[in-house]
Amino acid sequence: MRHLYFPGCTLSTKAKGFAASGEASARALGIDLVELSQWNCCGATFPLAMDNLLALVAPTRILLNAQKEGDHLVALCSICYHVLKRTNRLLREEADKREKINLFIEEEYRGEVRVFHLLGLLRDEIGFETLSQRVQKRFQGLKVAPYYGCLLLRPFQEIGLDDPEEPRILDDFLASLGCEVVEFSHKTECCGSYLTMNSSEVTRELSHAILRSALASGAQAVVTSCPLCQFNLDYRQGEMAAHYPGFAQIPVLYFTQLLGIALGIESDTFGLADHHVDPRPLLREV
Amino acid sequence: MVIGGGISGIQAALDIANSGYEVVLVERLPSIGGHMAQLSETFPTLDCSQCILTPRTVEVGHHEKIKLVTYSEVEEVRSQGDDLRVKVRRKPAYVDWERCTGCGLCQEKCPWRVTSDFERGIGERKVIYTLSPQAVPNKPVIDREHCVYFQKGGKCGACAKFCPVEAIDFQQKEEIWEEQVGAIVVATGYDLYPMERLSEYDGGHHPDVIDSLQFERLLSASGPTAGEIRRPSDGAVPKEVVFVQCAGSRDPERGVAYCSQICCMYTAKQALLYKHKVHEGQAYVFYIDIRAGGKGYEEFVQRAMEEERVLYLRGKVSKIFPQNSKVMVWGADTLSGKRVEIAADLVILATAILPSQGAWDLKEKLGIKIDESGFYEEAHPQVRPIESGVPGIYLAGAGQGPKDIPEAVAQGSAAAAKVLALFASEV
Repeated sequence: MRHLYFPGCTLSTKAKGFAASGEASARALGIDLVELSQWNCCGATFPLAMDNLLALVAPTRILLNAQKEGDHLVALCSICYHVLKRTNRLLREEADKREKINLFIEEEYRGEVRVFHLLGLLRDEIGFETLSQRVQKRFQGLKVAPYYGCLLLRPFQEIGLDDPEEPRILDDFLASLGCEVVEFSHKTECCGSYLTMNSSEVTRELSHAILRSALASGAQAVVTSCPLCQFNLDYRQGEMAAHYPGFAQIPVLYFTQLLGIALGIESDTFGLADHHVDPRPLLREV
Repeated sequence: MVIGGGISGIQAALDIANSGYEVVLVERLPSIGGHMAQLSETFPTLDCSQCILTPRTVEVGHHEKIKLVTYSEVEEVRSQGDDLRVKVRRKPAYVDWERCTGCGLCQEKCPWRVTSDFERGIGERKVIYTLSPQAVPNKPVIDREHCVYFQKGGKCGACAKFCPVEAIDFQQKEEIWEEQVGAIVVATGYDLYPMERLSEYDGGHHPDVIDSLQFERLLSASGPTAGEIRRPSDGAVPKEVVFVQCAGSRDPERGVAYCSQICCMYTAKQALLYKHKVHEGQAYVFYIDIRAGGKGYEEFVQRAMEEERVLYLRGKVSKIFPQNSKVMVWGADTLSGKRVEIAADLVILATAILPSQGAWDLKEKLGIKIDESGFYEEAHPQVRPIESGVPGIYLAGAGQGPKDIPEAVAQGSAAAAKVLALFASEV
């Protein structure tokens, strides 16, 4: 099935492996991700100020382009998904703001496009049971910690993908690949996000708490759907070793990397070698 | 007829009966007393709940004007002239209560134990059981679902073998009959907001995150720990105890919008009683604000704070999760502006008050209304708080809105007065 697809900036630069593994896996499952012919950065944050409509112009433009080529749009990155989904809802439901934005961009867009995350498609269109049957290489005995972060799930009223307090989607997805999913307390805590730029010690601390919780639950790897979470959790481990005595490193993977491997796809393009903590020894082991 | 045998319904029944009118008191459970029978002590006087309740339940049990119908529910109501005809369905107890002397031998001899609802899941009971040793009526029922005799085709039958008066009757059927009454008092009470819905607090998952009625059972001398404070997971005496107020209340997004009214007071009471039992322990209370409007109430909360050194923290708890053998509590102290993390041994959630589960069904049968929160709607919130809006049907107790014992008793008496006024006008 043909699906319009918005890769976003990070998946086209720093997280090429996320894009490659996601696209290849989707294709193998009959989801044909067709990249939007014209797109720009989504802005990477949904504005928290009530009247900051200018920040919504960029995502509106993406949605408008999507409408010209189809009726729905798929994202892989949690942040892009978050921004597009919330902007789209605002344009659909808040008439006064929609009017202002439309006046500014001199076009008419009313939130008609439907925005999906690949995880949502896997759950609702393919089904995790069907997915499980398609798996060629099961990760038997691999203990993974499903890390959701903040933006994939919150705010529930606007995103609606899963219960933000007790999410299942990533858990169930990983279970369908044969992984042993561990329960850990910090699966929806914030990794520190953009503070990585100007207060990296805050990010280091928050990310460390997440990894410590995952390690304490016996996880061998952490799995995420967000490139910024991946960066903070993976790259910052370099400093963690120096700051937290006895800290053991743990690979941080994109859900699509495990999906691709499970589906039997050649993982050369999955960017596994680019991780700070190399996941390949672990993946070879299982 | 009074529907509901909690303290409010008991009060209404006694007041009407003591005025010389016949009362039918219908209770869903095998015995009366309602939630008050589960409580340890009562605020603000710390009277033992059972001690002030039992004289009333016993009076109901013996009253010649009160027909006590327990283990029964209202099936259908229709009006006939000035009267109401009520069809009542009684579940089979599998015990002939006429013969049963309440000796308790059957419960002693029954070899099977299951989790007890009365103990809120943290204690056990036999498969043939009464709710408590003080039950009125003190007659047991058999829990068919767990009874080996029923489930394994006649095996066991220990109760029948030992019963000295041959009261066990495995063939007993449910009974349905009709009562003709002049008025109905609806006093069906409350339930607690299910902890499972408070997933951010690990409610329903973690054995050491319990609700306030479970803590009442831990405090109660007749409870599963005989009044010793021992946490459910490993039986250890908890040294750091966190109370979370407004767990589900005043939370329109994830819980209910209204204030449950009684939690500030019973939390203060529970924290105080905890300190009485575990002197070296530390109790923390997270609160939004303290609502202690009642006679002697504010003084009581002050006593908990100042004399018992319960640590009150103004702020909400954001998350509760297990870490090793502790229960981690993340919250905020908005007075100092600091984040708070407490490694607790036991957490008590003051979960919101909900109308009892049967209220929705019953309002259809009675033709009365419920409000947007699910409580019975009074005819006028200011000047007709007892009337249901349907002639002859009156409201009492927490089914009409969250309330504490004194208020529930007052409304029970008020409903009785309305019934008596109605009867007086008909003569």
